[in-house]
Amino acid sequence: MSREVPLRAKLGLYAILMVLAVPFVFPTWWMVTSSLKPVSDIFSFPPKLWPGDPELDAYRRVFELQPFGQQYLNSLYIALVVTVGTLAVSALAGYAFARIRFRGQNVLFLVILAGLLIPSEVTIVPLFQMFFKLGLVNTHWPLILVPILGAPSVLATFIMRQFFISLPGELEEAARVDGLGRFATFWKIALPLSRPALGAVAIFTFLHSWNLYLEPIVFLSSPEKFTLPQALTQFVDAYGGPMWNVQLAAASMTALPVLAVFVVAQKQFVEGLAHTGLKG
Amino acid sequence: MSQTDTRVDRVGARPTLGRARPYWTTRRRDQLTGYLFIAPQLLGSAVFVILPLILVVWYSLHEWNVLAGTFEFVGTENYSALAEDTNLGPVLRATGLFSVGLVVFNLALALLLAVLLNQKLRGTIVFRTLFFSPVVVSLVAWTIVWGFLLQDNGGINGLLDTIGVDGPNWLRGETTAMISVVVVQVFKNVGLNMVLFLAALQGVPAELYEAAEVDGAGRLRQFRRITVPMISPTILLTSIITVVGSLQVFAQIAVLTQGGPGTSTTVLVYYLYQQAFQFHHFGYGATLSIVLFGIVLALTVLQWQMRRRWVHHES
Repeated sequence: MSREVPLRAKLGLYAILMVLAVPFVFPTWWMVTSSLKPVSDIFSFPPKLWPGDPELDAYRRVFELQPFGQQYLNSLYIALVVTVGTLAVSALAGYAFARIRFRGQNVLFLVILAGLLIPSEVTIVPLFQMFFKLGLVNTHWPLILVPILGAPSVLATFIMRQFFISLPGELEEAARVDGLGRFATFWKIALPLSRPALGAVAIFTFLHSWNLYLEPIVFLSSPEKFTLPQALTQFVDAYGGPMWNVQLAAASMTALPVLAVFVVAQKQFVEGLAHTGLKG
Repeated sequence: MSQTDTRVDRVGARPTLGRARPYWTTRRRDQLTGYLFIAPQLLGSAVFVILPLILVVWYSLHEWNVLAGTFEFVGTENYSALAEDTNLGPVLRATGLFSVGLVVFNLALALLLAVLLNQKLRGTIVFRTLFFSPVVVSLVAWTIVWGFLLQDNGGINGLLDTIGVDGPNWLRGETTAMISVVVVQVFKNVGLNMVLFLAALQGVPAELYEAAEVDGAGRLRQFRRITVPMISPTILLTSIITVVGSLQVFAQIAVLTQGGPGTSTTVLVYYLYQQAFQFHHFGYGATLSIVLFGIVLALTVLQWQMRRRWVHHES
């Protein structure tokens, strides 16, 4: 449908796109500007689109009220470990299902694919019980092990398999004739070729871990173990009402770095996700 | 000649070698490598997917209160309790409303945005980036800002006020609360479906439209007769992903409404969480998990059946 558009229609299209962009952009704008406003201005009327006298008080309070630096590190290292682990597990399994012939292959693939039909919410009660018995409640292990090995990585394996199937086999065959073993072929030939798929898997795995909310609130109970999403909701006053400017400051610090990475690498984000046809 | 002779000799020696052929042939070694490569995923699935699924069935047959320390076999009692649970009706209704609202609004908006971005226009990349950006914003951060915007004296009512409209207290009314959680979720993730649709639209051959134009078909007709059938596999894919995703919604509810007012936004996962982890009814929580699993399974099967009916082709 990419046809030349006459000028007047073009202007109309731009107008429509700009109006449509408001609910996508305004919340982030509002989050950052409100976090810089003094408390008295936060619900001022008419709404101030720009903080008249920006102050960083809310940002200081974030670190006073909770071990926010620690919580930031928690989220970051968990997401990184989960991403690397998922890449390893799913690339190996995806490669084997796509390229190696072994007995029971199809049945085993179906067994693993079943994970796609079982959202982690369904198994949260027994998982809690399992980790409780192992003494791993209120540790980060459930947030690391389950995504890497359980249902969330199944989609990654599926995507890697589809990608390896689409790779031409000649290069690998040449490598094998040259005497490279399976693992060396995988590591030196197939893996470097699969960078686009690995990139897409890395992005959605990182975001998935970064966004996780149900699992942290089920498994974690002490503030220094919390992850960011969980910590954000804890900035409340004595009556349990949210301290808006502090929450928004913490939310800004959580959202902006990822947004910055996205703006720089938006092509990889959008096209990688579109080509692998998936959603985090 | 003598060279040929030695070669024949060597070949002749093969059978002796063959008898002592090593166990580890290339094929066997390859098989083992295959098993080793899938081992982490397979063991992981067994421990973190299959075993919990079996356990959840087992737990659902028990009366299990963690606080009271009781764990006794009660057969199908939890399942009869489902029928008597007066909350379950409203919970399923809220779950259905949320899912239907989300899927319809999400797919319609995603398709609209994709069609707009698929025009020959400078700067579409900028708009694509803007529409996609909430996808990478932390879910809880996104929800908190919307919660802030939707307060009675918040930004949205402030903006409405400036044009003379008296906005409702969005999160305190049953209908407006449901609309709010749907809208917040749609704007968060519609960018994903949008890029999937965009990729699909770019795959539709331009000749089809040219031919239709020659035949005098208008834009709308072209959209209905060419675009929709050609991208129907993507419509199916996105609808499956969105429906299954909608059943998993939790953080938005927990942060924005805590299931309220009343039970108007208590979706199944939130109810499950309340029963298991707030009221410590693990047995009943497990039973609700089975209900959730059943719904996911039924919907997925249904949608794959629908594929045969109306999806134009398989990509």
